[in-house]
Amino acid sequence: MTVISVVKDADARTLTITARFDAPIGRVWQVWSDPRQLERWWGPPMYPATVTGHDLVPGGAITYYMTGPEGERHGGWFRVRAVDPPHNLDLDAGVADADGTSSPDTPTAVIRVALSEVDGGGTQMTIATSWASDEAMEQMLATGMEAGMTAAVGQVDELLGLSAQA
Amino acid sequence: MPAVLTYNRMVVSTDESERADALFHALADPTRRDILAVVLQDAQSVSDLARRYPISFAAVHKHVGALERAGLVTKTRHGREQRVRGDVATLRTAHRLLDDLEGLWRGRIDRIEQVLADPTERAPQ
Repeated sequence: MTVISVVKDADARTLTITARFDAPIGRVWQVWSDPRQLERWWGPPMYPATVTGHDLVPGGAITYYMTGPEGERHGGWFRVRAVDPPHNLDLDAGVADADGTSSPDTPTAVIRVALSEVDGGGTQMTIATSWASDEAMEQMLATGMEAGMTAAVGQVDELLGLSAQA
Repeated sequence: MPAVLTYNRMVVSTDESERADALFHALADPTRRDILAVVLQDAQSVSDLARRYPISFAAVHKHVGALERAGLVTKTRHGREQRVRGDVATLRTAHRLLDDLEGLWRGRIDRIEQVLADPTERAPQ
C-alpha cells in the first residue's frame, strides 16, 4: 500500500497525506523538480496537465493548464515559498484562467511537501494542503476540482460496467 | 481533533449507494457541472440558465431536476419564478471537500508511483 496515512482536520481546513515509495529520495524529488514528470501525475487521467513554466527557486512560479475531454483548459499555478532539494518544498497554489492569468482575489491553498529517507530504502513523502478560509477552500475546489470529480465519475462508470458483466 | 482514517473496502448501505448513483449521474454531464458551478456563485432562475446554453428551456429544467435529486441544488420560489442555488449542505461542508481532496491526492500518488516505475524517466542520481 503506497498511501500509509491520511489525516483530515476540518477545523484547520487541512488534509495531510503520507505515502511511501520504493525509490531513492533523489528520484522521488524529480516528480516535482522535472516539469515533464510533474505533468504526468498532477492532472487526473481525463485532464492531463501541461506545465508551461517551471522556476523552482524561492519566489519562482510554476504554471500549468489541464486539458479536459472537450479540449477546454483549466489553468493553475504555484508560487514557490521555500525549496530545499530533495527534502522540502512549500508552495502557494491557485487556479487561473485558461490563458494562465489569475485575478488577485483568486483563493490560494498552501501545499507543504516533505520527503525523508526510510530505513531499509525507499522514501516517505508527506503532503499537507491547507486553506486560509472555508470560502477559499469552497471556491477553489468548486472550480478546480471539477476535473477530479469527473475522473472519479469515470472510475465509477468503469466499476459499474464491470459489475454489469459479472 | 483530526481524525486518522484507516482504509478498508467500504460497505455502503442501499440508501447511500442510491444517493451516490444520483450524485455521480448528476456530475457525469458537462452541462450539469457547468450549471452547478454557476449556481454555486449566484442563485439563478431556470430561464436565466436557459439563456446561457444552446439548449431548450425544457432540457435545462431536466438538468436542474437531476442536480436537485442528487441534493446538489435547491429550488426556491421567488415571485413568479423558481430560483436555483447550489446546496450549501451537500457541497460546501469542509469534510466533504476534504474527502474530494483526498480522492484527488490518492489518484496523484498512484500516478507518481507509475512515473517512478517507468525506466525511461530514470535520470542519473
